[in-house]
Amino acid sequence: MKVPLHRIAHARSGDKGDGSNVGLIAYSEEGYDILLQQVTVDRVREHFATVCHGKVERFEVPNLKALNFLLHDSLGGGGTESLKIDAQGKTHGQGLLQMIVEVPESLLNEET
Amino acid sequence: MKTIRIGNGQGFWGDNVDAPVELLRGGPLDYLGMDYLAEVTLSIMMRQKLRNPELGYATDFIGFIRRVLPELKERNVRVLSNAGGLNPLACREKIFEVARELGVEGVRVGVVEGDDILARLPQLMAEGHRLENMDSGEPIAAHAAHATSVNAYLGARPVVEALDQGALIILCGRITDTALALAPMIHEFGWGEEEWDLLASGTIAGHILECGPQCTGGNFSRWWEVPDLWNVGYPVVEASADGTFVVTKQPGTGGMVTVDTVAEQLLYEMGNPREYITPDVTADFSTAQLAQEGKDRVAVSGIRGGPRTPFLKISASYLAGYKASGEITICGPRAVEKAHLSAEIVWKRLERAGIVFAEENRSTEVLGVGACLPGLLAAPEEPPEVVLRLGVRDPDPKRVERFGKEIAPLVTAGPPGVTGFAQGRPKPQKVVAYWPALMDRRVVEDHLQVSVEEA
Repeated sequence: MKVPLHRIAHARSGDKGDGSNVGLIAYSEEGYDILLQQVTVDRVREHFATVCHGKVERFEVPNLKALNFLLHDSLGGGGTESLKIDAQGKTHGQGLLQMIVEVPESLLNEET
Repeated sequence: MKTIRIGNGQGFWGDNVDAPVELLRGGPLDYLGMDYLAEVTLSIMMRQKLRNPELGYATDFIGFIRRVLPELKERNVRVLSNAGGLNPLACREKIFEVARELGVEGVRVGVVEGDDILARLPQLMAEGHRLENMDSGEPIAAHAAHATSVNAYLGARPVVEALDQGALIILCGRITDTALALAPMIHEFGWGEEEWDLLASGTIAGHILECGPQCTGGNFSRWWEVPDLWNVGYPVVEASADGTFVVTKQPGTGGMVTVDTVAEQLLYEMGNPREYITPDVTADFSTAQLAQEGKDRVAVSGIRGGPRTPFLKISASYLAGYKASGEITICGPRAVEKAHLSAEIVWKRLERAGIVFAEENRSTEVLGVGACLPGLLAAPEEPPEVVLRLGVRDPDPKRVERFGKEIAPLVTAGPPGVTGFAQGRPKPQKVVAYWPALMDRRVVEDHLQVSVEEA
């Protein structure tokens, strides 16, 4: 099934200089495998094409079943200089959770 | 095994003023951290101090102390804060004044100084310190004349020294948020300078605490599951001498502490999770194990760390021009089209007045149809209303001010359904740019001073 990421993972984002970080955490080990395989640097760069104008980095955090992404040059100049409504990348986590992934039906919980 | 309870009652400048009082009165507590300094807060304090040499610290902190000082003294709950800002000595005098007013005797207040290196900047540059920007690599020289603050992030050691000298309240300027939680652990448990795993554990506890309710249900992805968010309990860490700790909150408060709420906060503002660098230690977040130990209790263990680096992070700020932004609300059919027409009117009229802003120095955002994340979330085809948000930045405040005059006329000269312009013309605001750099830690640490005095 094709579903948005929020069905199998949760996320939080914040600012790192002129970029943001997005922590993406799977609800299960199987979900983490899907993140590892499908939520690649290339897909994240494409997903945030209108927001992120620099490179995307991905770090694996297996103990938390999580990936950490750095989206460089995504805040329009950073905290105080930016003119953007979201100058701190607070919304980027909500944005990543909209990415579509392919998952087996057995993995889906109610209301996530 | 002995445990100590460390809370965080303030996550940033402008956080809830009642939260630390509720945290203190809500149950047992040994230490209370209070963070007031965002990256550019010190430059605001610099302006205040220039106007009045008795200011330059977080005045909210005095209001807090006035509310709780007798209780702090009676229960011996020790408060650690960066509220000292650029003027911790003046902040201490004010606390002594409050203590005298309230008739509380024997209040020992510690002050940590030496983080503020603005006055030393010319000499340091002459000695060859370039303070290269950590992102761009550019040396600070071109901005040094406009610098409004230059501070080093200090670690836990000077705070431990003040605790060892019996301070009830400790005032710092720039210090890592994590040090405010780590210092009581070093003080209580006698952790050594190179016990990296223990120092990393205390540092990660501090990272979980540092944004207040963000680990107890605030900003949580499944917000609909969080009970009584209006009454969210600010966090408490129960720390043990072996470096393990439990994240919890006071009984009877709202919010929740689960593996998921703590995991989200662990990753917040994270770079490389294997190298979380502070003045005290290099912590490895990829080693932390989380376990739900009970309701609203998450146990954290297994944390590893490595040696501290020979550098301290420097946080400098400088004046980088002016900016302003203004909003109007546009209601009715074809609201998005009307918003774009309104923006075009503003930019064209400014152009005719001879004021052109380069593309990167102006912004047009239509809120309600995906301005935060263009194209990432489905936008409604015909929203009943949208907010048009326009902004500019420029070295010249007069040009920014002129922009501010073009928004209100849209109410009568633009399309129909324009409202919500009650806040007046947007005024030019100073843009304080943030400059992160690294510096040999000895240059700063040789000048650290810790003093504890009693009123």
